Amino acid sequence: MKHPTCSNENARFLRKRRQHLALVWALRIGVLALLLGMWELVTACGWVDPFIMSSPSRIAKTIASLYADGSLFYHIGVTLWETLAGFAAAVVLGFLIALLLWWSETVRKVLEPYIVVLNALPKIALGPLIIIWFGTGSEAIVFMTILVGIIVAILHMLSAFIATDPGKMLLMKSMGAGKLQILWKLVLPSSYPSLISMLKVSVGMAWIGSIMGEYIVSRAGLGYLIVYGGQVFKLDLVMSATFLLCLLAAGMYALVVLLEKILVKNADR
Amino acid sequence: MKNILQFEDVTYIYHTARGELVAAKDLTFSVGEGEFVAIIGPSGCGKTTLLSLAAGLLRPSSGRIESRGSFGYMLQKDELFAWRTIEKNLFLPLEVMHKCTAAQKARALGLAEKYGLGDFLKSYPAQLSGGMRQRAALIRTLAADPDILLLDEPFSALDYQTRLNVCEDVANIIRSEKKTALLITHDISEAISLADRVLVLTARPARVAHAHTLDLGGVPPLKRRENAAFSGWFETLWKELNA
Repeated sequence: MKHPTCSNENARFLRKRRQHLALVWALRIGVLALLLGMWELVTACGWVDPFIMSSPSRIAKTIASLYADGSLFYHIGVTLWETLAGFAAAVVLGFLIALLLWWSETVRKVLEPYIVVLNALPKIALGPLIIIWFGTGSEAIVFMTILVGIIVAILHMLSAFIATDPGKMLLMKSMGAGKLQILWKLVLPSSYPSLISMLKVSVGMAWIGSIMGEYIVSRAGLGYLIVYGGQVFKLDLVMSATFLLCLLAAGMYALVVLLEKILVKNADR
Repeated sequence: MKNILQFEDVTYIYHTARGELVAAKDLTFSVGEGEFVAIIGPSGCGKTTLLSLAAGLLRPSSGRIESRGSFGYMLQKDELFAWRTIEKNLFLPLEVMHKCTAAQKARALGLAEKYGLGDFLKSYPAQLSGGMRQRAALIRTLAADPDILLLDEPFSALDYQTRLNVCEDVANIIRSEKKTALLITHDISEAISLADRVLVLTARPARVAHAHTLDLGGVPPLKRRENAAFSGWFETLWKELNA
């Protein structure tokens, strides 16, 4: 917000706030540097076996060698594709199913127990079935990702649709609005903030789904590298893949936050 | 004066899993064209049910409701849509009723201009004060040119000072647009300061216990409050309400 006059006091307040923010960032980076440094130190001095603990330098070397033999971006690409495809499908399908459930109370009541059970069921229990149905390729993992994300997407949107302000519903009805008009002019626009929060939750769900899928069955991807590395006791590979996963997840989260900022700016005005 | 809305022996029963609830029983009254009728009653007597019946949102369990003309419904809260500008909010009833023609839009904008919303057309509801928002809600109600205004405690969510001002506004707008209005309120002084006629309902099931034609003349609400007869009416209605 712009003020026509900016008092000294206000300037002091703003400066203090800036300083505080800088301090927080410095400490954040400091904590990371400290952790990495200690990790490197204890392994380099042989206090802890680097074969079990790995170390930052060994992780860097592993990633470099993955890059050198061309498999780095291949594995990243596979995981990213599975995650994004599963995310997109779960979000779109979840939204549409939530709409259907909002539209028909009967359908909603009929399906309620099934949704509750599906929500409570640990999706990993379906692993063997998914392998048999979809094989061992990416399809199986995408399916797992959808399965993990879709119920949350449905429930999130449905509760937003149902929570539409009853006063505004009455207003629309008093104007003689039909169900489609109520949906289009009231329910959808007022559920917009929930749509954004649903996207945020679903990003996290998609990562859980894709990595879980790769744990169960895969021939490529970061989850595959972690499992494979564990099986052959290459902890460097496990740590490297985990590190890459952290980077990707953080990157995707940052993208969603950016998207949220753009969308909310357009919505709130 | 011709009747524009008529209730004849209207009974309404709510059915719930726990049984039934008689909200209104043998309710009979009428509203004449151009008249401002206020209905007061003890809280929980089914006042809102009555408006929903009038607007055709509920069907009476028995009895007849006859009306000529279209309705505009104004609620306790302004219910402006936060994601629409004031202008777009005013067009909402036109859009819903498929009357969104250039002429109708111009009419709605003319009303907005006339009643002091001209500068706020491109603003969002969050940028307006409570009183302004309620005024916008009234203009929205008037946008589709309804014959009868149904006002469901439209001032009760406002603070006292704003309430008096908005009440003044609304009375002025409704009188100058020559609209018929049916106001539901639990505020006795509001009823006296606005209405030509006041109906007093009984506790549930709602029936018309008393009907009074007020003789306070077509003066604005605040002037009416200064009238010597005002306190007399207040006392009468207070007693009837608590009988």
